[in-house]
Amino acid sequence: MNIAVCVKQTPDTETRVKLTDDQKAVNESDINFILNPYDEFAVEEALKLRETNGGEVTIISLGPDRVKSAIRSALAMGADKAIHLVADKNPSDPNAVAGALAEELKTGNYDLILLGKQAIDDDHAQLPSLLGEKLGLPAVTVVVKLDINGDQVTAEREIDGAHEIVTCNLPAVIGAQRGLNEPRYASLKGIMKAKKIPIEEKPAALAADQLEIESFNYPPEKSAGKIVGDSADAVPELLRLLHEEAKVI
Amino acid sequence: MFTGVDFFLIDDLLSEEERKIRQTIRQYVDEKFLPLAAEYHRKADFPLSVIPELGALGVLGVTIPERYGAAGLNHTIYGLAMQELERGDSGLRSFASVQGSLVMYPISRYGSETQKQLWLPKLASGQAVGCFGLTEPDHGSDPGGMLTKAVHTADGWLLNGSKMWITNAPIADVAVVWAQTEQGIRGFLVEKGTPGFRTQTIKGKFSLRASLTGELIFDDCLVPEANLLPEGKGLRAPLSCLNEARYGIAWGAIGAAMACYEEALDYAKNRIQFGKPIAGFQLTQHKLVEMLNEITKAQLLNLQLGRLKDQGKAQYYHISLAKRNNVDQALKIARSARTILAANGITDEYQTIRHLLNLESVFTYEGTHDIHTLIVGEHITGMGAFR
Ligand SMILES: Cc1cc2nc3c(=O)[nH]c(=O)nc-3n(C[C@H](O)[C@H](O)[C@H](O)COP(=O)(O)OP(=O)(O)OC[C@H]3O[C@@H](n4cnc5c(N)ncnc54)[C@H](O)[C@@H]3O)c2cc1C
Repeated sequence: MNIAVCVKQTPDTETRVKLTDDQKAVNESDINFILNPYDEFAVEEALKLRETNGGEVTIISLGPDRVKSAIRSALAMGADKAIHLVADKNPSDPNAVAGALAEELKTGNYDLILLGKQAIDDDHAQLPSLLGEKLGLPAVTVVVKLDINGDQVTAEREIDGAHEIVTCNLPAVIGAQRGLNEPRYASLKGIMKAKKIPIEEKPAALAADQLEIESFNYPPEKSAGKIVGDSADAVPELLRLLHEEAKVI
Repeated sequence: MFTGVDFFLIDDLLSEEERKIRQTIRQYVDEKFLPLAAEYHRKADFPLSVIPELGALGVLGVTIPERYGAAGLNHTIYGLAMQELERGDSGLRSFASVQGSLVMYPISRYGSETQKQLWLPKLASGQAVGCFGLTEPDHGSDPGGMLTKAVHTADGWLLNGSKMWITNAPIADVAVVWAQTEQGIRGFLVEKGTPGFRTQTIKGKFSLRASLTGELIFDDCLVPEANLLPEGKGLRAPLSCLNEARYGIAWGAIGAAMACYEEALDYAKNRIQFGKPIAGFQLTQHKLVEMLNEITKAQLLNLQLGRLKDQGKAQYYHISLAKRNNVDQALKIARSARTILAANGITDEYQTIRHLLNLESVFTYEGTHDIHTLIVGEHITGMGAFR
């Protein structure tokens, strides 16, 4: 099975985000970048499918030079090949990213395209669907269980309050959700081997962004918590506050 | 997630792969081991579930050649791996030290090709567990005086005697056992289930509780000729294994120290007394700075030792100095961190007391602090002071 996994490099989940002075971008100077955690599920699924069906796993990532580190992380988990679509920054318009990825994916004759259901930085969660559209392929996203039998795909996806089971044919695009699998740790040997795999570089065929970021704002400061009491007597007051003040129930 | 203090930007001296390897083990320890640590420490047991996980990561026999299923990487990477494992618990690092340096190393250096093929892949993957029997009830610092004997007979070697304080003894599939013979000290691979061989778990430990320690007892135990390590002869053979393990301990102890420092620093910034965080008092700052000071020096010492070892230049006395210094400092750091945590520092809600207790064993095993003083002392003066 010829599998492509599209991955994004994102800031570490523990990053305390700082903005640039004009508040139009995130200040990258102190950021520790990692492989997007949802993409780890996609890589793991690809490796498992390769283990049962044979074939090859190709990692594709778009972005500036620093994204090579995320590519290496995916290679260290066990992927075979990698393509870096070089761009001077990560575009803020998912449509532009999907366009450039689709151009590359068209040339690879892939049976399956896997990626995380979303990136943890900009949280657009659009890439799986956009890629399906641009490639004219079925796309299923927020997938927590994937079965592939010949070219029959059965995917279980999370929807509000239930799971939906969807079938389609290969080739297809699958967006991975947490729960799909447990990503393996890169082994010591895997990390050393990844260093030797050449990463093919190509310019990203990016169309102009149609979205423009107006500004970023920090989330409002959290105010101090309130202790209502420490026994069952406090429950009515707690309910009242949750309903009237916090307005969550 | 643990970040690990790096005050002197020593990370810049590591390759990208070395940093990635450290990161993957760090993450593993955070996600898989630490959630189990306090519980296993309480019940004085080792979590067997981690064994195949350590094998899959590749930290069992880091420097053993790849053709035997191990990682085949450099000593600096081995050191970094031990640092990260001991940041979790000295028991976790001890498991990997024993398996890699005290079992896989002697098999790979002194074993026959058949022994290597049979054991190394299983030990590398964690399918099999090994232990190393040198110390005896009456011979600790002076293993040359060992009483365990192996007598050559027509059917093989007949072993009699006992080994004490043996890490992994209760769970080992194979024991590397050193015994006196007519030809001097020789090493044997004694397999679990061999008639005349049994083990006993040592109970009541207040240190290295999340590690299984036991006794190996040989009572007319017949070991086949094929299980003699053909190449290792004399006390030098087991000492060469200890040299490998001590190297890893020099790194490991600083992992434990880094965990204690981070916990104490974090605690000091958040614990308020007399209206301000205790980190704001000069006495507390002094403690924290002393910790950082010693950690930083030891980190540089370790890295240079690792590079020397990778160039084939590290001598036994370099390793003794590093083991001696780093474990001693780690123990002091753990004690000092414990005082900052005060009452909270005596419960297993925090890691510090566990590290502090563990380091008491680390101070003693693999050559006590005193013995390493004598090793370095003998080297610089040319005068042995052991006897
Ligand atoms: C948890 C744990 C796990 C262990 N695991 C293993 C293992 O897997 N395999 C194994 O073979 N062993 C193992 N050991 C044993 C360990 O290596 C010995 O405990 C150590 O070598 C010290 O021996 P001893 O305890 O008999 O102390 P002793 O040798 O009796 O020493 C007692 C004291 O006298 C001092 N001393 C001794 N000789 C001199 C001298 N010449 N000059 C000055 N001072 C001296 C020592 O420094 C020490 O302070 C383990 C020990 C522990 C605690």
